[in-house]
Amino acid sequence: MLIAIAWRNLWRNKLRSAVIFSSIAVGIIGAVFSDGFMSGMTDQRVNAAIANEVADIQIHQPAFLLNGEIRYQIPRAQRIAQKIRTLPEVKGVSLRMKTQAMAASANAGTGINLYGVNPADERKTSDLHTHIIEGKYLSENQKIPVVIGQKLSRKLDLGIGDKLIVTLTDSSGTITNSAFQITGIYKTANDRYDAASVFVNKKDLAKVIGYPASSGDEIAIRLKNSRNTPAVMKKLNRIFRKEVQKKRIILQSWDQIQPLLKSMVSMMNYFSYLFLLIILAALAFAIINTMLMAVMERTREIGMLMALGMNKRKIFLLIMLETVLLSVVGAILGLLFSILIVNHYATYGFDLSSVASGLNYLGYSSRIFFRVNTNFYVMSIVLVALIAVLSSISPALKALKLQPATAIRDMI
Amino acid sequence: MSIIEAKGIYKTYQETKIPVNALNGVDLKIEEGEFTAIVGPSGSGKTTLLNILGGLDLPTEGDIFIEGTNLKQLSSRQLIDFRLHNIGFVFQAYNLIPVLTARENTEFILELQKVPKKERRKQATQLLEAVGIADKADHRPGQLSGGQQQRVAVARALASQPRFIIADEPTANLDSKSTNELLEIMAEMNRKYRSTFIFATHDQRVMDKARRIVTIDDGKIIGDETFEGR
Repeated sequence: MLIAIAWRNLWRNKLRSAVIFSSIAVGIIGAVFSDGFMSGMTDQRVNAAIANEVADIQIHQPAFLLNGEIRYQIPRAQRIAQKIRTLPEVKGVSLRMKTQAMAASANAGTGINLYGVNPADERKTSDLHTHIIEGKYLSENQKIPVVIGQKLSRKLDLGIGDKLIVTLTDSSGTITNSAFQITGIYKTANDRYDAASVFVNKKDLAKVIGYPASSGDEIAIRLKNSRNTPAVMKKLNRIFRKEVQKKRIILQSWDQIQPLLKSMVSMMNYFSYLFLLIILAALAFAIINTMLMAVMERTREIGMLMALGMNKRKIFLLIMLETVLLSVVGAILGLLFSILIVNHYATYGFDLSSVASGLNYLGYSSRIFFRVNTNFYVMSIVLVALIAVLSSISPALKALKLQPATAIRDMI
Repeated sequence: MSIIEAKGIYKTYQETKIPVNALNGVDLKIEEGEFTAIVGPSGSGKTTLLNILGGLDLPTEGDIFIEGTNLKQLSSRQLIDFRLHNIGFVFQAYNLIPVLTARENTEFILELQKVPKKERRKQATQLLEAVGIADKADHRPGQLSGGQQQRVAVARALASQPRFIIADEPTANLDSKSTNELLEIMAEMNRKYRSTFIFATHDQRVMDKARRIVTIDDGKIIGDETFEGR
């Protein structure tokens, strides 16, 4: 009956309860919206980084990581790549020849990362071929083709069919030049990547540098499901234990290659909860105020309950139940609306095209597809209930301080 | 043995700088089955005395025994429990829990006493029938007249099967018809179940029904009359 009394008491002052329901609901919607937005944004950044840029896992010779020189070739790279391709979790493996170079047109020049890739393998490993906005992606039958980002094409003022002059160091340490013909221009959401990443056929690059086309200094591994990355990392470290121990190769997952991205994901999570807590802490004061008012208005009634023989524990419980119900109803309302909003933006995306250039510069897409973990929803309800319990302490103590005779004296 | 025995009761309120002596040495015995009115002008101390008899307040000096139990020796928790099982209350107003129906209000006290659900439903229905309000069992207090509300309060007070019932100005807000009906119901309960009723009142109609009238003024008993045959 205590629950019935607490529940029905909520509806005695409908306007006041409605105000609290709405404030909690709006607070929750705000917190969920911001979490959905931030998670969606980081998700897209992470997914894009994995899909277009770094893949799930990379293998290098340890020394390569220090200065990125092409002479640090992965020993027996073909065999390693072949072995990894047989794993069921793996979607694609690309043995790349990566080097730093200078790209130039008649007008300008800039530093780039030059990737020599086998188009067929690269297609399975990277989604970059789906981002071609002009021309075609690399293929074996084109003549010295090169694919560049839109940003670089604008910087160098080059288009499809134009020649890109690349200056690089060959295997003997000599500076050498080579010309490639632009066959495709891509655009991802990451401008800085687009300005600095250039793709050519590995066999063409191998000729220029003087290494066999079967060699490579980077193995990029793309998994069928990125959530398996830690498990596959463990598996690969076991398979290539000897090579790893002898420091012939080093394995890195995407979050090790781009630690900033990883820390951004954790930071966004942390901020979401912090934001939720700040909102709830502010709401706690509104809840305390409402319940104090309710207790003061009901002094006589509480006095009557005490006179009849309702003990202090039950009075305390009644006030606490009322506060928790008041808050949780608001939270549930808020969550229902939040789920609708998140689902809408998860499907159609939240359009930020007005600030697209700034977002693209930072590597973010201008359409954000929201995502909220079930955990966040559950935690919202748990935190609201917790805050409600804490908020009920002061009003409940106030109720307990009442003496039945004094409370009832007001009545007569 | 008397149900209630008050010995040398003094009560001083110290809420402001000047202490107020509400009771100045009251001795009173109440026997089982009494239908007693405590009367006196406003501020005479009758509500204070009633609160002390009902265990809602403790005397500053003196002792109050209910069937041999000295209320002053009970902890506040024990006192609450004692009231629950031994004393019924009917107040002047704000008697009922506004969000519960008449039946639920009556059952409420039984639930506090941990009576099983089926049993309390049965008892509550019987009591509401006894006070003539069974047809309004599912109405909330707001949907009942003042007289009907007081009848529910009487039903609830009786539900706990208390040793006695304290009623503080139960008719103060009622019209003549409702007052007469309520008094008739309480008198009948008193006759039928030998329930002990103690009223604080200055309503002549209540005094006319009472079999004993204790008059109090300035915190002292100044008159104690018994009217046989009422």
